[in-house]
Amino acid sequence: MRDKSEVKAAAERVARGSYGKLVAFLAARTRDVAAAEDALAEAFASALLHWPERGIPDNPEAWLMAAAKRKAIDAHRTKKRGEGFQPHLELLAEELATADVTEIPDERLKLLFACAHPAIDEGVRAPLMLQTVLGFDAATIASAFLVSPTAMGQRLVRAKTKIRESGIPFRVPEREELPERLPPVLDAIYAAYAEGWSDPAGTDPTSRELASEAIWLGRLVAMLLPEEAEALGLLALMLHSEARRAARRDAKGEFVPLSEQNTGLWDGAMMQEAEQLLRQAASLSAIGRFQLEAAVQSAHAIRCLRGAADWPAIVTLYDALLMRTGSPVVAINRAVAIAETEDAETGLAALDGIDTKSLGQYQPYWSARAHLLAKTGRHEDAREAYDRAIGLEIDPAIRRFLQQKKARLAN
Amino acid sequence: MEYMLVLFSDPKPLAAMKPEEMQTMAGAYYAFTQALQQEKAFVESRRLRPAGDATTVHLDGGKSKVQNGPFVETKEELAGYYLIDVPDLDAALKWAARCPTAGHGHVEVRPVWAMPG
Repeated sequence: MRDKSEVKAAAERVARGSYGKLVAFLAARTRDVAAAEDALAEAFASALLHWPERGIPDNPEAWLMAAAKRKAIDAHRTKKRGEGFQPHLELLAEELATADVTEIPDERLKLLFACAHPAIDEGVRAPLMLQTVLGFDAATIASAFLVSPTAMGQRLVRAKTKIRESGIPFRVPEREELPERLPPVLDAIYAAYAEGWSDPAGTDPTSRELASEAIWLGRLVAMLLPEEAEALGLLALMLHSEARRAARRDAKGEFVPLSEQNTGLWDGAMMQEAEQLLRQAASLSAIGRFQLEAAVQSAHAIRCLRGAADWPAIVTLYDALLMRTGSPVVAINRAVAIAETEDAETGLAALDGIDTKSLGQYQPYWSARAHLLAKTGRHEDAREAYDRAIGLEIDPAIRRFLQQKKARLAN
Repeated sequence: MEYMLVLFSDPKPLAAMKPEEMQTMAGAYYAFTQALQQEKAFVESRRLRPAGDATTVHLDGGKSKVQNGPFVETKEELAGYYLIDVPDLDAALKWAARCPTAGHGHVEVRPVWAMPG
């Protein structure tokens, strides 16, 4: 028998999927995302409430449409009495009257491209996708992105107004436009995943949900654009990371670094799927950032078979990533990998070569530095670097871990 | 949908141009305008005299104040506009990118406020 929470999660997943499909369907016709959301809001709330208990209807979209239609007709009557005219409900009533609910086309990809349009402020793209395609409310999204609910609500409203008023189209860009238009979509999905990933203990169910919803969006894009290697690469990357979720904390909830994780706790099915996606992506001969990052994770995952990560491959992959992105974050990871293939001194030299101007407040730089300094025996300097890292860390479990590492250093 | 492509550019290099350079430039704008017309996207267009020739008016306590020069002094100044009619923002952005101003200045794409009725 299935767990009750599993049934609830499954019902919610279907409700979110159907909701997103309907929002996309209506918004693609009216360009009015907010109106589409409004029109479906009550029906969606009712689905979230009833489906886990009464079961998922045979045709979830038809159920939601019917519920929304009733609401639209009610509102229409109200309007006839001259009160509270709601143009979006009228618009919806018209759309619903002509729509064939048995064949709602899946236009969520169009909606994703609208949300990640270059005309939309970069910081709001991921929240916008989570709200429109998955039906998360502003407060939930705000807490995941560490923003006040009011500020998040305003940003989302502004973005939807911009979609409507500046005429952002609902369409999947042409093939030749994809190199420019697909990366923002993938970046926004990855940003949503990263927000969910930052709470590995799973103490905050919202964050954990965010990670799995981001994977769901990644699946959607990979499924709808199977010829796009980077879309497959992103999904592979997220699956490889997600596979290690259970190993990232010990029984007491303490942080376990990658190098000390019990590979027996890694999710084999997820890793296998990630590997298959990577092979499929490789066959398309269009290498990119997400495939390279997923390949790094794959070189770590090989520990399950060989007992050790493939560090030379990891260094090579970070070299390629660094050439591509010039990202200081990549440079830090590369330095740590070099310390594995060569020695700590060489890794430290690579770390010294990084322009630290933008990294002053980046915790992983200081913990990597502390780690390598400790290995070379420079304990005094290592202690200082640990202090910087501890002072910058937000996650209490990681902070405790860094404090322990520091305490273990001999005088 | 109607969009205004608002053109901003630095007038200094323009003023220092040799006649043949000026001609090349004018040719580029002519071709751009022609292309817009052929695609039935063109509504209207004007080039503006330099901002140095501008005079700005503002009512202060009922009294009109006249100020020599543009409203805002910037290195790149308002140089002209194209009013175009295209299906959506992506189409407008494509035209903006083709506009010669995008090569040496900036093109702001603004949807025109749709009037009811």
